[in-house]
Amino acid sequence: MQIYLPIAEVSINAFLLLGLGGIVGFLSGMFGVGGGFLITPLLLFVGVPPGVAVATGANQVVASSISGVLVQMKRKGVDFRMGLVLLAGGFGGSFIGVKVFAWMTALGQIDLFVQLSYVLFLGLIGAMMFAESTRALIRARRAGAAAPIRRAHVHTWVHRLPLQMKFRASGLYISVLPPLAIGAGVGFLSAIMGVGGGFILVPAMIYLLGMPTRVVVGTSLFQIIFVTGFTTIMHAINSQTVDMMLAFLLIMGGVIGAQIGARLSTRLKAEQLRIMLAVLVLTVSFKIALDLLLQPAELFSVTPGLLP
Amino acid sequence: MIRALILLLALAGPAVANEALVSGLSQNRVQITANFDGSEILIYGAVKRDAPAPDGPPLEVIVTVEGPSTGLIIRRKERVAGIWLNRSSVTVDAAPSFYAVATTDKLDKILSGTEDLRHHITIPQVIRAVGISDEAENAPDFVAALERIRLEESRYRIAERSVQLADETLFRTDVALPANLTEGNYKVRLFILRGGVVLDTQERLIAVRKAGLERFLYNLAHQQPLLYGVLSLVMAAVAGWGASAAFRFVR
Repeated sequence: MQIYLPIAEVSINAFLLLGLGGIVGFLSGMFGVGGGFLITPLLLFVGVPPGVAVATGANQVVASSISGVLVQMKRKGVDFRMGLVLLAGGFGGSFIGVKVFAWMTALGQIDLFVQLSYVLFLGLIGAMMFAESTRALIRARRAGAAAPIRRAHVHTWVHRLPLQMKFRASGLYISVLPPLAIGAGVGFLSAIMGVGGGFILVPAMIYLLGMPTRVVVGTSLFQIIFVTGFTTIMHAINSQTVDMMLAFLLIMGGVIGAQIGARLSTRLKAEQLRIMLAVLVLTVSFKIALDLLLQPAELFSVTPGLLP
Repeated sequence: MIRALILLLALAGPAVANEALVSGLSQNRVQITANFDGSEILIYGAVKRDAPAPDGPPLEVIVTVEGPSTGLIIRRKERVAGIWLNRSSVTVDAAPSFYAVATTDKLDKILSGTEDLRHHITIPQVIRAVGISDEAENAPDFVAALERIRLEESRYRIAERSVQLADETLFRTDVALPANLTEGNYKVRLFILRGGVVLDTQERLIAVRKAGLERFLYNLAHQQPLLYGVLSLVMAAVAGWGASAAFRFVR
């Protein structure tokens, strides 16, 4: 069943879009990532124009994140205080990111800049997560049936900074400066890469802040709702590229996928979950790197300008 | 050589030009609704004459359908430090978003070069690219690439011998409009020719408009962008919460 999308101005099979939304929603619920880094390339692949793909992707991520957060809230997996601190930093970073985005667009190299950011950050985070979780998994195997000795969290330089605050849901008493900085960094990247930033936020919360995995997914989703909501409004106002019809179909598939993903994630070990996310992130990064390095089949590209 | 000869003949003795064109379209409005999946337009016509058809070169028909034009930027990738990136670009003033040509025979056989220049019939003639040679080396390559890309996307089509002509009088052809149609006025042009020379031409319009929900969403997005953005978020929130509630209910 073909459906005509009023803003994208293309006609695409409705079930294909429902399926895409479902896949991304499933990953979103399972890993606590918004899925923006997947939905945008997938939409481009099925023929949606780039501007519409980025903006509508953000809108879809809002819905799947809300659906995911509601599941996590029932399991007390959201640290609201931490989420708000991250968000405060996030808006600041996003504001700077939008300026840099405009500057790179004026230079005419925004495509390259976006692709390089994807390769760099996805590759780096993916590799780090993969190495760490493999080690953890091996350690757990060696320990055998005996319960592994785990400290609640490790004290590093992060915990000696001023402005300490108590985050009860995470069981942390740390300075607000590191979460603010992490939030700002993620906000910056999400404005440039058109993603929610969950794939950076999740490992940052685990490895830098020492938050327990139990609250990481929910808190990440909580922050993503607001960052992508902000992005959606900005795109709707600045470029009118949010396609509500397309978003609706993606969301319908996505919310169902997110529910299944969130339920399934409780049955898997945290290490396994992290290895799977790492492999996924590395695959996307590898694919984008190949596009940059291999000679494209068509060297020329056509970008429509404004009506004369 | 042959073409030059035909041209000479045409110039020496102008065809007995009492042949005029009458034409019609199966529809002059196309409504884009949610389940729009392309549309087929029947273009038909007849040749009116007050004397028997003259001898000499046979009558030929060319039909073109042209979508609204936009300016374009054509970019070319080059390898810099191992990475393929956009280096040079050329700006085209105007190129149609859709262009289809249907004819009774091979274009280069039935249409002379001068008539093509005058009436802008072939694809290179409808792409308006003036003064691009300053923008990049071998700028014509860029325009050739535009033609190639759009032919591959079926945005541009050349359907030679797809016009059926009966008794040098009645003709008809079908032009399929694709599903990814741009809104606007589509210009249909009809030409009758003999020996490479255009005898008569006609122009008609097809109005392509979004309708119903498509129209409503498009207008809202452009006239009330803030409201539209907020509405998108509300829809996302309701759907997200709704699915969560539905799953809880199922359990």
